[in-house]
Amino acid sequence: MTEKKVPLLEVRNVSKDFFGNKVLNDINFTMEEGDVLGLVGENGAGKSTLMKILFGMDVIRETGGYGGEVIINGNVVKFVSSFDALESGIGMVHQEFSLIPGFTATENILLNREPQKYNVISEIFGKRLNTLNRSSMKEKAEDAISKLGVKIDSDMVINRMPVAHKQFTEIARELSKDNMKLLILDEPTDVLTEKEAETLLESIGTVAKRGIAVIFITHRLHEILSVCNKVIVMRDGLIVKDVPAKETNVEEITKWMVGRKVKEQETKRESDPDKSNKTIMSVKNLWVDMPGETVRNVSLDITEGEILGIGGLAGQGKLGIPNGIMGLYEAGGKVILKGKEIPLNSPRQCLDANIAFVSEDRRGVGLLLDETLEWNIAFPAMQIKNKFLKKYGPITWRDEKAIEKVTEKYVEELQIKCTGTKQNAKELSGGNQQKICLAKAFALEPGLLFVSEPTRGIDVGAKALVLDALRRFNREKGVTVVMISSELEELRSVCDRIAIVSGGKISGILPATESSEKFGMLMVSNVR
Amino acid sequence: MKLLKNNSFNILTFFKDNSVPVMFVLICAVCIPVAGFPLQYLLSEIITRIGRNAFLILALLIPIMAGMGLNFGMTLGAMAGEIGLIFVCDWRIYGIPGIVLAMIISIPISVLLGWLCGTIMNMAKGREMITGYIMNYFINGIYQLIVLFCMGSIIPIKHSDILLPRGYGIRVTVDLINMRQSLDNLIAVRIGMIKIPVFTFILIALMCLFIVWFRKTKLGQDMRAVGQDMEVARATGITVERTRIISIIMSTVLAGFGMIIYLQNIGSLTTYTAHSQIGMFCIAALLVGGASVDKASIGNVFLGVILFHLMFIVAPNAGAAITGDSMIGEYFRVFVSYGVITVALAMYEAKKRRAKSLAGRKLAQAQKEEAK
Repeated sequence: MTEKKVPLLEVRNVSKDFFGNKVLNDINFTMEEGDVLGLVGENGAGKSTLMKILFGMDVIRETGGYGGEVIINGNVVKFVSSFDALESGIGMVHQEFSLIPGFTATENILLNREPQKYNVISEIFGKRLNTLNRSSMKEKAEDAISKLGVKIDSDMVINRMPVAHKQFTEIARELSKDNMKLLILDEPTDVLTEKEAETLLESIGTVAKRGIAVIFITHRLHEILSVCNKVIVMRDGLIVKDVPAKETNVEEITKWMVGRKVKEQETKRESDPDKSNKTIMSVKNLWVDMPGETVRNVSLDITEGEILGIGGLAGQGKLGIPNGIMGLYEAGGKVILKGKEIPLNSPRQCLDANIAFVSEDRRGVGLLLDETLEWNIAFPAMQIKNKFLKKYGPITWRDEKAIEKVTEKYVEELQIKCTGTKQNAKELSGGNQQKICLAKAFALEPGLLFVSEPTRGIDVGAKALVLDALRRFNREKGVTVVMISSELEELRSVCDRIAIVSGGKISGILPATESSEKFGMLMVSNVR
Repeated sequence: MKLLKNNSFNILTFFKDNSVPVMFVLICAVCIPVAGFPLQYLLSEIITRIGRNAFLILALLIPIMAGMGLNFGMTLGAMAGEIGLIFVCDWRIYGIPGIVLAMIISIPISVLLGWLCGTIMNMAKGREMITGYIMNYFINGIYQLIVLFCMGSIIPIKHSDILLPRGYGIRVTVDLINMRQSLDNLIAVRIGMIKIPVFTFILIALMCLFIVWFRKTKLGQDMRAVGQDMEVARATGITVERTRIISIIMSTVLAGFGMIIYLQNIGSLTTYTAHSQIGMFCIAALLVGGASVDKASIGNVFLGVILFHLMFIVAPNAGAAITGDSMIGEYFRVFVSYGVITVALAMYEAKKRRAKSLAGRKLAQAQKEEAK
């Protein structure tokens, strides 16, 4: 028909903003049948948003749709829901498993698409009373599995399977759909061991040979080079590079991923000459069972008076470290503070040892949303340090005056925008809530402070203030700060040293002045 | 995984996983000799009670399959069954036709109440049990309004012998003498002193077959999927809310039938109290049979009926023999019902927590192996 071959998928000028916050900007690329496209980029680069647009997920429509066009086989498509995307032959395997744990592989692969047998009762009461055609189900499931070129027992129940088999089951589910044209794999190898990942990569090759296009998102760059024929690197909502995989290498990709322009506002940290080299806390063989942020065998020394950064990609375990030490998730190993061992899994004892923690979950763990600012700031200090209390005889009273005073002090110092110290915490904006969390920790006057994702979800101005407050708190009060953040640049502007977590382990600790490429290499070094 | 591969550990897990049935076997083993009933009597009682209760308990299985926990909403179906019986009694339709008609009358009422219950439970996902329990009190109020005030005044009741002397409202006890055990006696076989209500057992067997068959249907499969993970089910296009409502409606309708079977065996209807504890006793029996909030089988139903009622039969006498007071048995039975439900709920949570700490131990083990 047409002389020019119509590409399977064409993405033209796609852009997307979340309430004015631009996350995707003028994205263009095309894919042919059998293409394997590797999509890489740091967290927040816009990979997931792009995939959500392609898969027609509800979030996109609910937040005002997107700009530009998605063209499949020459037709512009506008998906209302992900079911439309499925109908046009796009399948997606998400990061977290969406499998029914108590079902067999067969049942999961054909979930809600089971071949059925009619019977008398279903003639009367409707199709849902058809019985399932088990033998045909098994046949279809095994057919899909064989397309992958792997061996999975189709009768095995999901929750008895090793992780890799779960992953294969999920891919097989997409492949069992007859019209499958484009398969999106979102970090499928993250949970796999090296050997398992290899098998998966082989399977991707097998699938592509059948003419199915694959978009492969991963942090393991060498995987991309081994299986993809095309690599797209995203950064800050833009495609910064679109190259054939043969013409590039891991170093180059890393550079494109992290190499952003150095921000002007970056304040250089003058090294502290009179800093002691005493270790304040030493962590030995720590493991933490935090879902999605598993920590394995981490050993780490924290020097007194420093600001230590912990960075790494999402899901690699950097959040697990403070949460485990503070006893919020089950953990094991040894934590020694100033020569004294602190028992794990006991938040109270950590707090008593003069450690404070600003959680990344500020609405859940961080704040008493329905209480006033005064309460929020003073409560932990009252509970743990017996501050802001006065005693008359046998009864202890709250010292309302002192509470008001300290709240006013922090409101001013951190420039918290509020109508007064009696305002409820939930009425504040995200940035101001974050400042309250910090004030709360400052009011404890801790010796060691863990701050987890202090700038997540807040605007640039608030960000600078929060970081500045942390820096000042460290300088003026001599408090050791451990800051966990996914933004490398932010860590580099505040910290003395930065530890990079990858695959649940510390892959290296570098001074903040080291080049971003080196950090980038550490981030992807043993991603698992 | 290596942590668990140990033989002595397996016996321990068996007891841990089946602690409730094991405990009841022990209680019965102690009580039976103390109570001193002849074996024949015990057997005959147990058979009667299986016939009486099994159908009602089987009605609980479908919502458990759909992940809605132990359905206290079944009491609503019981009320629908009672209303059916009251009408049939008034219309003087006796025997099997009466029972069949009462069942037919109960269906639309059960469907309506089940739909209401399911809709409300969809608004309170994860708290289905307490929601169903409180629903009981609410619907019980409406039931009383209808039966105590509307019947005889607004709803015509022809025969005054089932009405209260004041002229409206149903008597506290309605005699079902003309329907008494008509299902049980349809085909009854006597072996010595033991009467086996074959027809009722056939009905129960049919119900079991229905459940087995239902699990194989598309709807059954959808319910199991919804029960295990609503979000995953929804992502594949299963209509989660609708499926959940259907499961409650099925349970309510079947409970209505079950209640009619139960009452025809007893032979009289205590209008205002018959349904009040039926949900709790059925749930307790199912739990005694080794079921949990998210998992129950037909086997659990029968083991539960036998153990729970065996205890009911022997406990008063055993109590009297030990303490000299027969009231202790009655006290014991209510105490145990609530106790069993409480223990089962607590154990359900404990089990979840145990599974969680196992993940941590595995992680520690992996780390140790790596260090070697």
